[in-house]
Amino acid sequence: MTLIPPLPVAVPLLVAALLVGAGPFVRRRVADPVAIATAAATTVLTALLFAQAADHPLVYWFGGWTPRDGVVVGIDFAVDRTGAALATLAGFLMTSALIFTWRYFEAVGTLFHALMLVFLAAVLGFCLSGDLFNLFVFFELLSVAAYALAGYRSEDPRSLQGALNFAVTNSVGGFMVLSGIALLYGRSGSLNLAEIGRALEREPVDGLVVVAFVLLLTGFFVKAAVVPFHFWLADAYAVAPAPVCILLAGVVSELGLYATVRVYWTAFAGVLGPHAAGLRGVLLGAAALTALLGALMCYLQQHLARLLAFATVSHVGLTLAGIALLQPDGLAGALLYLLADGLVKAALFVCVGVVQHQFGTIDERDLHGRGRGRTFTFGMLLLGGLALAGLPPFGTFLGKALMEDAASRAGHAWVAWLFVVASAVSAAAVLRAGLGVFTGWGVPAGSRADGPDQPEAEASRSGSGRAPDGSRPPATMVAPAAVLLLATLALGLAPGLAGWAQTAATSLSDHRAYAAAVLDGVTSKAPAVAAPALHLPETLPPAVLTVVLAVLLAAVPARRPHTRGRRRKVAWRGVLRATLALRRLHSGQVGDSIAWLVVGAAGLGGLLTAVLR
Amino acid sequence: MTKEGSAISLLPHLVAVWLLAVGLYGIVTSRNLVHMVTCLAVTQSSTYVLLLTIGYRAGGTAPIFLDVPVGTRAVDPVVKALALTDVVVGATVSALLLALAVQVHKRHGTLDPEELRALRG
Repeated sequence: MTLIPPLPVAVPLLVAALLVGAGPFVRRRVADPVAIATAAATTVLTALLFAQAADHPLVYWFGGWTPRDGVVVGIDFAVDRTGAALATLAGFLMTSALIFTWRYFEAVGTLFHALMLVFLAAVLGFCLSGDLFNLFVFFELLSVAAYALAGYRSEDPRSLQGALNFAVTNSVGGFMVLSGIALLYGRSGSLNLAEIGRALEREPVDGLVVVAFVLLLTGFFVKAAVVPFHFWLADAYAVAPAPVCILLAGVVSELGLYATVRVYWTAFAGVLGPHAAGLRGVLLGAAALTALLGALMCYLQQHLARLLAFATVSHVGLTLAGIALLQPDGLAGALLYLLADGLVKAALFVCVGVVQHQFGTIDERDLHGRGRGRTFTFGMLLLGGLALAGLPPFGTFLGKALMEDAASRAGHAWVAWLFVVASAVSAAAVLRAGLGVFTGWGVPAGSRADGPDQPEAEASRSGSGRAPDGSRPPATMVAPAAVLLLATLALGLAPGLAGWAQTAATSLSDHRAYAAAVLDGVTSKAPAVAAPALHLPETLPPAVLTVVLAVLLAAVPARRPHTRGRRRKVAWRGVLRATLALRRLHSGQVGDSIAWLVVGAAGLGGLLTAVLR
Repeated sequence: MTKEGSAISLLPHLVAVWLLAVGLYGIVTSRNLVHMVTCLAVTQSSTYVLLLTIGYRAGGTAPIFLDVPVGTRAVDPVVKALALTDVVVGATVSALLLALAVQVHKRHGTLDPEELRALRG
């Protein structure tokens, strides 16, 4: 039996509508299991779709409007390995998040569940769509659901502020995408990705193509939170309820990167292919900036959700570095890393959610040493931190090793160092926080590090039902962390996964085969490509170095160093001032966020105009 | 495209760019959340103008093919559908943001985004 691709999108939408309609009559006892069952069923459907798309892309035309002589008249879903894999990840994370939600909120209406399911449906549609405009619609649908979810605790003013920043910045990003789509439609007369790719390829690059590409890239980078489009992210994460954070960190950033990959390789690869070297430089620069700034900001945070938010930014940078190589080897690594990293981030947010539920705050300083005896949560947080650093054999290690290998073969050996530094620093921040909260290691409570006024701990506790100190967290809250980490481990240990990713990346980056499958209905079985063999003696040292660095950085208490001698004092003051200035940039103001977006778009436009001519 | 055609089609493009620039400037400098949401709507209207410009055919009628001879010149119906979808998206986002603004006013007693300084660093 073959499954029709739109089914996984339709099921959660339908159940969400039923939940809203029956809202006044449905008790929470009913809403929780219904939502969880729907998410689980959808995950099974996406997994089936994934199995069916293993050999060749599945193309589904709505209403049977297949293309006539290579000219598109309908709207399609084009499902390949990559899209189906991401869809399965999204379903899995949603199921975990909903199970976590069960005991997290004391009181929550059915609207929350409905919003979660709408979000899931939009994400799946986004992963499976082969039509640029439908991509945009699903993009907006998932965004609107996410804004509402981020500001769900509307009784908390901070929550409103974070949601506002999130919504305005992402809406402007959405307008950019739409303008880019309009320009592409004007040029190619089509909204189908494959057809746009063929039309653009007929002519050399010109101003219109560059402007459209910049507009689309800006919109997707806002979603992925690439520096300097990332300002909304930490604010949204800091205020969103923990189950929503699980999805924001695990799915939304990932989708921004996926959209970049999908649109580049279907629509632009043909026309921009000859200029790949210049484009690679620009993207690698953005990746390095994102990875380093994210890691540094991560290390400076004391609010656990903000800390993980900046860790997400940093790892988006790392994944982008793999994509920026613009060839299948790097893409295969990036794809694996995307999946593994999403799982790890979700597991870490589950731990943070448990901490918030237990202690009513997620400020590292207020929590100092209060988590003693919570061995399980501590263990999960520790393992998550190590997985973030890429400890073998977690899936993050495999993805990172593949990307490093591809980068060094492409002549960018420095990328390996970028990986070591960025993942060591961001993982160190997580490990430091874990050690401080659960063992009382490091700076004692009460000594607040100098910095601008921190979000008040009191405000971050609102909403979630707070358990009295000493009671155990319910199993439905801690178990998802373990399951997610096990899944990451499975990604690293599954035999042949590197080869699977390589094949997926090869078919994803073959825009001619994609166009032939969609437009001409010629689906050839994707050739199995062997992954480049990883030599452990070469890939292991950077991984070990990263983990050791992370542990060292975490274990050394952040203390003012001995500043004997005037010169050292001056240097130290300079460092403090620089970090302070960096933190001031993250003002949480919508206006600043948009200003940076404009600066980033202009910069991207200038650079790409320079390299694509 | 004829010469006068290009002169006509340049103006709406400029209008779209102008609306985008003005809207973004308004958001960046806004001191009132309702004003900010309106500016966001202005920014979005640049996408409407751009879409309709791209689908415009000189001398074309509305794309309603009833009681007109075959081969009548009409403007592109696809962009109309896109613009309509865009309007729906815009209405949703504006409604949500205004609801958030109302909540901010209830809890904070202010609509000035500069006074919302809880999230920093």
